[in-house]
Amino acid sequence: MGLYDAIEIGSKVELGDYTFDAESIKRFARKFDPQPFHLDEEAAKESVFGGLCASGWHTLSVWMGMNVRKGFDGLIRGSNYTGPLPRFGPGLGVGPIHWYCPVMAGDTLTYVNEVTNKRHLASKPGWGIITLTTTATNQHGKLVLDKVGSAMMGLE
Amino acid sequence: MRAYEDFNVGMVLTSGPYEVTLEDIREFAEEFDPQPLHLDEEAARNGLYGKIIASGWHTCSIFMRMMCDSFLHNTLSQGAPGIDQVRWKKPVFPGDVLTGKTKVASKSRSRTKPQLGFIKFQNEIYNQHGDLVMTINNPAMVTVRHPQIGEDR
Repeated sequence: MGLYDAIEIGSKVELGDYTFDAESIKRFARKFDPQPFHLDEEAAKESVFGGLCASGWHTLSVWMGMNVRKGFDGLIRGSNYTGPLPRFGPGLGVGPIHWYCPVMAGDTLTYVNEVTNKRHLASKPGWGIITLTTTATNQHGKLVLDKVGSAMMGLE
Repeated sequence: MRAYEDFNVGMVLTSGPYEVTLEDIREFAEEFDPQPLHLDEEAARNGLYGKIIASGWHTCSIFMRMMCDSFLHNTLSQGAPGIDQVRWKKPVFPGDVLTGKTKVASKSRSRTKPQLGFIKFQNEIYNQHGDLVMTINNPAMVTVRHPQIGEDR
């Protein structure tokens, strides 16, 4: 039985918390999303968001860092799998992604991955696809974002 | 400043060029995607692509910057409620130069907020060889200049 078989639909991995402080928000935004509401407190106050908030891509990039550092091991441990690792395919894409409300400076997000589906790939014998739904809630317990992604895994 | 009314269905906006450097690839990956194929030449040489490649999340972030520099900086943007779909079609290598094509696929006014309009973008990102490296389909929220005027049907 390989890792693919050991993974259970519904299994969750808690990736942990990340606090989006003003400086890290601005640092990401300066490089990748230089819109006023991500860069400047005064301009952000005048915007629809009412205050400095994180770029949506920042909130997702943070997730990916946590996913690499903890998500993968968590998935293996949670599946009680001790065998050899299968082949992994490249990331093909992601979506849909929802940003339900802004992540304001000082907010802490808790990220969780959940396996929501798995299936064999008819077009690629020997490969399966694991579907992961990620959610992030803020310190007030509010669902801030979710997204669906998938990973290709060898069936060996 | 560009408002909702200034985007027409079928309109294409271009962005770039943006050169992706090895240093940038590593810097992003160290923080946000610390897998060997984005960081380590040795590991990458033995991997699927033979060279270090950019994280797909890095490519998305780069494209966000490209759009900001090209047309978002003078658009009354209110952000985006999400992304419908991202597809990473081909790897992005150090030294690649990216250009983008953003097509306005559809637009509609908010039913509840007269000052808010939704625009659906279909984005294609190419490298210097003309290869399609990524597609992103997403809605964007843009301020309506004349909220009191209804939309033509």
